[in-house]
Amino acid sequence: MNINYKKDGATLLVTLGGDIDHHTAQEISDGIARSFRHSHCKNIVIDFSGVNFMDSSGIGMLIGRYKETEIFGGALAAVSVSSELMKIFRISGLNKIIDCYDNARLALSALRGE
Amino acid sequence: MKNRFEIEFSALSQNEAFARLCISAFLLPLDPTVNEMSDIKTAVSEAVTNSIIHGYEGIGGTVHMSAETDENIVYIEIRDKGRGIEDIEAARKPLFTTKPDCERSGMGFTIMEAFMDKITVVSEKDKGTKVTMTKKLRG
Ligand SMILES: Nc1ncnc2c1ncn2[C@@H]1O[C@H](COP(=O)(O)OP(=O)(O)O)[C@@H](O)[C@H]1O
Ligand SMILES: [Mg+2]
Repeated sequence: MNINYKKDGATLLVTLGGDIDHHTAQEISDGIARSFRHSHCKNIVIDFSGVNFMDSSGIGMLIGRYKETEIFGGALAAVSVSSELMKIFRISGLNKIIDCYDNARLALSALRGE
Repeated sequence: MKNRFEIEFSALSQNEAFARLCISAFLLPLDPTVNEMSDIKTAVSEAVTNSIIHGYEGIGGTVHMSAETDENIVYIEIRDKGRGIEDIEAARKPLFTTKPDCERSGMGFTIMEAFMDKITVVSEKDKGTKVTMTKKLRG
């Protein structure tokens, strides 16, 4: 699992690469939670363009991150969610709490209020 | 033509990806669509993960997986000899989880049901759990 972080104003942009399953979810959760705390950001954008697979372990991981942004009055957004991933988003209702964007640029400007 | 395979692996989380790889490699010659392949891999991942984290929690053990294809119908069986499920009906409900503290969503069975045509769960406390799933490849 590859995780990259970039700060853009009040938003932490997280780019994931690899499979999200129970084996990797804990590491992803811990990594994002730690970076988010240190970043002093209020929003998180997760770029899924490098994610080939996600099962229900990803749902818990995303709800956990959503709750953390909520504490700071921020938002969690997702980028490049494939049709396969979108099925999981819909079944779990994640699509109702996470806004999805085609690319990171669009997500970041939306969160800047542009 | 019928085809089948059977494997056993240790209940370790790194074998979740291994199980997905096995089922994909087995089904590839049947030329499933990208969506069908992804649905089946996801359902397998759910069942195998459940055996590892719920069935064999803290005790370890062996997960057994077999699959059979008959023309364009796929049958998959995943079983463990772990702690078993006390109330199967409750366990299959969306959002039901006995591990909310570990960021489990309780959506595993719901996903297996949505992504496969049929799923059957047989389980006995302290004896183990067997999940059988069927899907017809429509192409
Ligand atoms: N193989 C298994 N052995 C023992 N218990 C299981 C097994 N599979 C599922 N369960 C039980 O069923 C519940 C629901 O499973 P699931 O829908 O996959 O949600 P989750 O894995 O997120 O808890 C689990 O929390 C667990 O209590
Ligand atoms: Mg599960």
